[in-house]
Amino acid sequence: MYKIAVLGDYDSIYGFAALGLDTFPVSGPEEGEKRLSQLAEGEYAVIYITEGLAASISRAISHYKDSLLPSIVLIPGISGNTGQGIDGVKKSVEQAVGSDILFGGN
Amino acid sequence: MAATQVNPTRMELTRLKKKLTTAVKGHKLLKDKRDELMRQFLDLVRENMELRRKVEAGISSANKNFVIAKAGMSEEILHAALMAPKQGVYLEAGKKNVMSVDIPVFQYKTRTADENDIYSYGFAFTSSDLDGAVKSLADILPDMLRLSEVEKACQLMASEIEKTRRRVNALEHVIIPETQESIKYITMKLDENERSTQIRLMKVKDMMLEEAHHYKEKQYAAEG
Repeated sequence: MYKIAVLGDYDSIYGFAALGLDTFPVSGPEEGEKRLSQLAEGEYAVIYITEGLAASISRAISHYKDSLLPSIVLIPGISGNTGQGIDGVKKSVEQAVGSDILFGGN
Repeated sequence: MAATQVNPTRMELTRLKKKLTTAVKGHKLLKDKRDELMRQFLDLVRENMELRRKVEAGISSANKNFVIAKAGMSEEILHAALMAPKQGVYLEAGKKNVMSVDIPVFQYKTRTADENDIYSYGFAFTSSDLDGAVKSLADILPDMLRLSEVEKACQLMASEIEKTRRRVNALEHVIIPETQESIKYITMKLDENERSTQIRLMKVKDMMLEEAHHYKEKQYAAEG
């Protein structure tokens, strides 16, 4: 039985606590990285990370890219959408096809 | 390119021919695998994009609702309201095999039977905006979970497609042509050897006949 974690700055994620997801507010990239590896080793199958935090710990995130679990998903934070999540999808199209033929225009 | 150092022997030739059939068969299979993976990937990635747009829009609007809710009440009360969640979401994680790629399948369960049992606070001290904010977040949770499943699947499939594509290309442009080259080289070399043996035998036969019958001497004699 796995759980779901939400990682990011407190203001962006406190709402998820009400839904029953485990929220882990972090203040900096180092703390975020440490927390992420802790969660990934543990019982969390899905980890949502705010785009702002993900940008600073992208190395640690790409570490889990090829493993089945956990699934790490970027979500927009309180400061707005940076488009990083969409970029991630485009990147996987690029990796598979060679160039982004689906969403290149928009 | 002169194939790198192959022994022009029959044994090597048989080995290479076997290698070539395996390579051709493998190439065909891998190509099929790549095509099928690609087809499924494109479907999945379209869904992924759609879900992502939906989830991002949902979270953004939920965030706005939370900001409004926060504005209407003191921070302490807000913290206290969300401190002890009533609801819990748990996942049952399985996996599905799609063309040799394991992709995750999640099934989620909530701690209390009623999925909408999300309000972990009494309504006396919190503003009604908070209820709306929590509700708007709860509404996109199923999409978020589906997104986590689909996005992971897309990532895994993308890297598998890349690997398969490399293998297909390596077989098509390197292994198969090289083996064909080597086979051609060995066949030519063996043919050449056979011809030279044949000629040698003919020469030897001539020499032996000459020794036995002295044709040439007789011919000279006849010519006078």
